[in-house]
Amino acid sequence: MAEVTAPAYRTIPIIPKLIPGAMEGKGPYIANEKIQADLGFPGQLVDDWHDKAIAKMGDLLRKYRSVAVFMDACVHCGACSDKCHYFIGTADPKNMPVARQDLMRSVYRRYFTWAGKLFPKLVGARDLTREVLDEWYNYYHQCSECRRCSVFCPYGIDTAEITMAAREILAEVGMGQKYSNEIIAKVHKIGNNLGLPGPALKDTMEGLEEDVKEDTGIDVRFPIDVKGAEVLLITPSADFFAEPHIDSLIGYAKVFHATGTSWTLSSMSSEAANFGMFIGNYEQLRKVALRIRQAALDLGVKRIVVGECGHAWRVAYSFWNTLSGVGDGSDPDDKFARMLQQQLDHRYRQPTHICEFTWDMIERGALSFNKEANDKYVVSFHDSCNVARGSRMGDLPGGQFEIPRNIIRAVANNFVEMDPGTTRESTFCCGGGGGLLTDDLMELRVKGALPRMEALKQVSDEKGVNFLALICAICKTQFSKVAPYYGFDRKMMGGVHQLVSNAIILGDKQ
Amino acid sequence: MSVLFAILFYLATLLFVVGLLSRIATYARTPAPLKIPTTPAPTTQGGVVLRMAREVVLFESLFKANLWIWSMGWLFHASMALVIMRHLRYFTDPVWGWVVLIQPFGLYAGITMLIGLCGLWVRRIFVERIRYISTPSDHLWLVLLIGIASSGLMMQFATHTDVIAVKSFFIGLMGFNIGQLPADAPLMLHLFLVVALLALFPVSKLLHAPGIFFSPTRNQTDNPREKRHVSGWGKKMESES
Repeated sequence: MAEVTAPAYRTIPIIPKLIPGAMEGKGPYIANEKIQADLGFPGQLVDDWHDKAIAKMGDLLRKYRSVAVFMDACVHCGACSDKCHYFIGTADPKNMPVARQDLMRSVYRRYFTWAGKLFPKLVGARDLTREVLDEWYNYYHQCSECRRCSVFCPYGIDTAEITMAAREILAEVGMGQKYSNEIIAKVHKIGNNLGLPGPALKDTMEGLEEDVKEDTGIDVRFPIDVKGAEVLLITPSADFFAEPHIDSLIGYAKVFHATGTSWTLSSMSSEAANFGMFIGNYEQLRKVALRIRQAALDLGVKRIVVGECGHAWRVAYSFWNTLSGVGDGSDPDDKFARMLQQQLDHRYRQPTHICEFTWDMIERGALSFNKEANDKYVVSFHDSCNVARGSRMGDLPGGQFEIPRNIIRAVANNFVEMDPGTTRESTFCCGGGGGLLTDDLMELRVKGALPRMEALKQVSDEKGVNFLALICAICKTQFSKVAPYYGFDRKMMGGVHQLVSNAIILGDKQ
Repeated sequence: MSVLFAILFYLATLLFVVGLLSRIATYARTPAPLKIPTTPAPTTQGGVVLRMAREVVLFESLFKANLWIWSMGWLFHASMALVIMRHLRYFTDPVWGWVVLIQPFGLYAGITMLIGLCGLWVRRIFVERIRYISTPSDHLWLVLLIGIASSGLMMQFATHTDVIAVKSFFIGLMGFNIGQLPADAPLMLHLFLVVALLALFPVSKLLHAPGIFFSPTRNQTDNPREKRHVSGWGKKMESES
């Protein structure tokens, strides 16, 4: 793995010539027996994997309209074929979204359609063999579920839905992914992806209070398990210790401090990330989300604010209301949701993104900044895939693009955009999302970052960009690790609230 | 021959209607447990109707994706819509006013439909990526549609077909009277291919036509925070836990 090299920049972003098999056999580690057992999945490939997989597929076809429609609707037009960052970076044709879907669609046709039962060759149908299963494992773990293809598909086919379905089938027959499943088990057991127990978290927060005091001379609190606090902050656990994530956490705390907002973390539920989405498993997704509901009920908070994390914000914004009742607008007889929704303060959006929180405060004039503190930076902003294409901020469609940019412009003087073909809804995934942020996929991660690195290179050469502002823990880790392969300093990666933290003026608003 | 075609048409229509309705029923019955619109998405039902209209009429997403596929695909579909409307004159007596009006346009549309289809096929054959993802049936569908369009144009521009007789045959069929169909090679080919199209529609990728209306990434309203979205089987877990 050490000798992974970044692919060459394309002088003009031409579509690569196909290299069949380029990424064959480069999937991630399979979960071992113990990890699988922790989530209630079989420890190894079951004997009747073939029948079980087909049965599970039938089950998913009945449970998810997305899967049912998407299996039928594709006409192989090729609109998506050049849209995936992994295809662009690896040139493996099976990383074209349509080809990735077809790995499953071919099996669907064979077992679930007349055409495929009678004339398999004619319609590209094939039996589910062991080779096909391995191929699924390999290529459905080379998709970061970023949804870029779904923007361009004339029928809105979202490969992420197919990837999730495939991973669910794989886990069900004993081929779960080590990285994601191990992490989910830690959340169930301890409350966060890192397996950081409550006392250690408390220590870390106390350490941060001292650091900030030393830095600013001001007592900025990092409260934990405070009953009756107004805000429960749910943030990716990487924010507690990783660089550059922690600088954004300090930023949130300063915003809460400067606006006089009482807030708290929860040691029981100290994780925004929800890898249940990555493995496509509704039960796991729900179980992880329910911890947050529990924490909100236990602590009696009025608001739930979510830190900088892409897929977590998609889960929070789009799924929490459904899964755990964090939101508004439940039916009068919906006891499960009402129980929580009656407690929450509906003058505010539930849940609220930290960027929404900060921007609301800026608009109300509750925050002031010394923008010169960020003058050493020329900032550009990377739209995180799940935020861009799977969620919203604010009241208007597209608020997820405007609000983080508004914040950056409010706290920094130099902001430039990257190539419009690579931002907003057309943004490229960082290359590490969707449960792929693991060292055993280093080659894929480096290659998948190519389109974003190209766009960054352009603005860094032409406009001197030296800071890429991010709102996702995965983006932060991935770029810090991968950008050096492309000749960038890892220090140019940071959070939006890191910029806020640099510029915020504390203490004179009390 | 006329009897054979009559039977084929009845069968094909039956397969088409029953098959299509059963697929649509399946899509409609299958729940969408989570909110998954591709954002930015409309926040109101009216906005969703507009978004869907833009997709169906203008192929908005395809336009963003690739101008070659969009221009050829849109040309083909729009032309075909006109051609089908023009063909209503074979099934209505007296012919509706607006159908009379579009007759000349429908004729040219036959030609542009063929151009669109050929453009798509050229792409499928010569662009490496598209060739890679194409199955034999993808090519055959294009062949079939090209066959329908060119046999139809042939009757107009090359040979003479007694369209009055064709019309009375189909008007007859609609009242379950089997009349006499002119024995005419282009016509036979044309009708045979149309029969194949109707019969195979519900078991093929042509299901993209009803499918798009059920696509959750396009037909869902972006309001998950404002309104709790629940599905039957998702809700059931709550009463169990």
